[in-house]
Amino acid sequence: MFNIVEKRRWYFIASGIVILAGIVVMILSVVRFGTLVRLSIDFTGGSRFVLRFTETADETAIRQVFDEQGFEEAIIQRLGAPENNTWQIRTKEAAPNQVEEILEALEAQVAPLDRLQMTFETVSPTIGGEVTRAAGAAVAVAALIILIFIWWSFRRVPHAFRYGAAAIIAMLHDILVAVGFYALMGFLRGWEIDALFLTAILTVSGFSVQDTIVVFDRIRENLPRYRGEPFERVVNRSILETIHRSLATQLNAIFVMVAIILFGGESIRPFITTMLVGMLSGTYSSIFIAVPLVVVWEKWSQRRALAQAAA
Amino acid sequence: MQRRDIVLLVLIVVLAAVAIFVDLEIDHPQWVENLLFWQPEGARAIALRLGLDLQGGLQVLLAADVADDAAVSAEDMETARQIVENRVNALGLTEPLVQRQGERRIIVELPGIEDPALAIETIQGTALLEFVDTGGVYLEPGTVVSTTTGAPTSAPTDMGIPGLTPIGPVTQTTTTTGTVYQTLFTGAELEQVGSPYPNERNEYQIPFRLYENGTRIFDQFTTLHAPTSEQAVHYPLCIVLDKVVISCPGIASRIPNGQGVIKLGRSSYEEAYALYVQLHYGALPVPLRVETTDRVGPTLGEISVEQSIRAGIVGLSVVLLFMLIYYRLPGALADVALLLYAALNLAFYKLMPVTMTLPSIAGFLLSAGMAVDANILVFERMKEELRAGRSLRAAIESGFSRAWTSIRDSQISTIIVCIVLWLFGRNFGASMVQGFATTLFIGTVINIFTAVFATRTFVRLVFALASDWLASRRWLLGV
Repeated sequence: MFNIVEKRRWYFIASGIVILAGIVVMILSVVRFGTLVRLSIDFTGGSRFVLRFTETADETAIRQVFDEQGFEEAIIQRLGAPENNTWQIRTKEAAPNQVEEILEALEAQVAPLDRLQMTFETVSPTIGGEVTRAAGAAVAVAALIILIFIWWSFRRVPHAFRYGAAAIIAMLHDILVAVGFYALMGFLRGWEIDALFLTAILTVSGFSVQDTIVVFDRIRENLPRYRGEPFERVVNRSILETIHRSLATQLNAIFVMVAIILFGGESIRPFITTMLVGMLSGTYSSIFIAVPLVVVWEKWSQRRALAQAAA
Repeated sequence: MQRRDIVLLVLIVVLAAVAIFVDLEIDHPQWVENLLFWQPEGARAIALRLGLDLQGGLQVLLAADVADDAAVSAEDMETARQIVENRVNALGLTEPLVQRQGERRIIVELPGIEDPALAIETIQGTALLEFVDTGGVYLEPGTVVSTTTGAPTSAPTDMGIPGLTPIGPVTQTTTTTGTVYQTLFTGAELEQVGSPYPNERNEYQIPFRLYENGTRIFDQFTTLHAPTSEQAVHYPLCIVLDKVVISCPGIASRIPNGQGVIKLGRSSYEEAYALYVQLHYGALPVPLRVETTDRVGPTLGEISVEQSIRAGIVGLSVVLLFMLIYYRLPGALADVALLLYAALNLAFYKLMPVTMTLPSIAGFLLSAGMAVDANILVFERMKEELRAGRSLRAAIESGFSRAWTSIRDSQISTIIVCIVLWLFGRNFGASMVQGFATTLFIGTVINIFTAVFATRTFVRLVFALASDWLASRRWLLGV
């Protein structure tokens, strides 16, 4: 029988490296942008333009227009391939009449705009603060509910708390991986967290726990069936029994997500990509983190029981 | 073959037929659309509703512009919503949406709008009520006029929509007349406005009383223009709201006490009430400020629709193929269930209707990818049981029954996530978050039906019909 649990040290190290790398990126992000992950105007308030010019536009010309209109702090970024002529500009909150002035100035001084393909978004700073609070509350509530759910699922298993704790740790693992990935993309592609990012994180949390529960469920079922076997072997057996399901399910979700990433357009790409990374991490962590953790815990308590018996 | 399975199969086929009928891009007969009793009367339709990001347009979130600790009553917000809705309706867009959100917010969605700055101005502006001397000319309700307080705020050529706020019995608006008319006094002189009531001819009228200054002007004016023996025609006094004539009642006699009624002619109570609300508040009962705006170019929406359809077709095709290749015959049955699932979801979106946005499409596709999860759980169980030497029938039954707890648990946790997300999105108008949560939720619930009941029925029937034949062709089961 292929032994997965035995090599647990390597999985812990691998995960540790990935998470550590993510944390390093987040620290760099704090130094560079002031926050762990770049925040979008959903949280900070402000305005965002996505403009498509019909002819080549250059950054200095765009910047000059925004400077003249009193938006010296504008962050200007190119989106997609250069031939798309698409630019994203983030500014402080712009009033509706200012927007019109900016657009007219851009058309006069930079290049003609395709107004049918532009987006403009503005969020007042007050609501930005409110979104941040609501997001915090949502994450807290979700974590609490998931905790209760795990406890309820495992209420009849001995050491239910261990399973719950292991599932939560695996979930935190996935969140850290996803956030670290996003922070990295913040550097590489200018990704900023918005309400959809939180949606991705909460969804990933749910699926991560769900995935873990499937394996734990099988352990719960197998424990009485293979009473004579050492715990580690029963656990390993359970993983091998469920691994097909985990991989097949994930594979289907991955097919769909890759299709959306490839064909589904620019605007939801960060959202789906984060979800994909989180899901992959979720499959990995349920098998290679959550379950080995339960084994480590079991061994540790056995050793302690032995030591006590000896003493 | 059991009787129950046949009944279930018939039920599934009927459901599928209904779903396909709803999904088809045809003109559904009106009587069918009228069956959708949960949709507002008069606007019932079987149609896919596209969000702003898919059809382009403007979304504005308005908030009561008062101190955070100041109370805003629900009635005030509702009145403000009504006023905003009236103004928005005047913009003549196809499907504007004005909803209250939470305690002190109103969300306005204007699909396909071309001049967002004007729209925002319109929404936020305060209504101006005037009593106008037209010099004896009777003006049709809906006429846009210039008065001594100014010209109409939007030039009619701007958007092809002349007035900003035609309300009450006004259904069509006519273009402005060139003349500038004399404003006698404005809504500021209105001391009290009574609720509308119908007269014996069932025409609604709204009583009002003026302040002292208004009373004096009104007295002078009516004394001057009251019908005399030489001049029997009633001299009109026009009531104008935001430069749009509401009604031009004739002066029947001198009115010395500043009390009168505005006659609305033939109109419904709702129309009369809408005018009453406008008169009563003139301006919005609570000032509103723009909290967020979101503006999407129409072409961008079209591109997004195309991209989503392509992504959906590719993603689902790969899933269908995978199931077929990996699980063979049961996989093919699961594929049928998945197609049924997609048809049911789409039908549900059209019937509810659910507003489709990019994230809600993603939510649907993701739920479709996960929908086969329940089947996978069952089929993996079945394979295990078959390998353990069970008979085909026993393997099928225990596959379904023993996988049930896992299926239930995973559906519950998805539903929990959806609920949290939905509540999170509700607070501040993150319709994107809600859209994703809604379709994922609907998908999860429908999935319990298709993946468990439908697939089980298919599998049972096929195996009941062909179990002997299958027993010698186990490769079809993927074992």
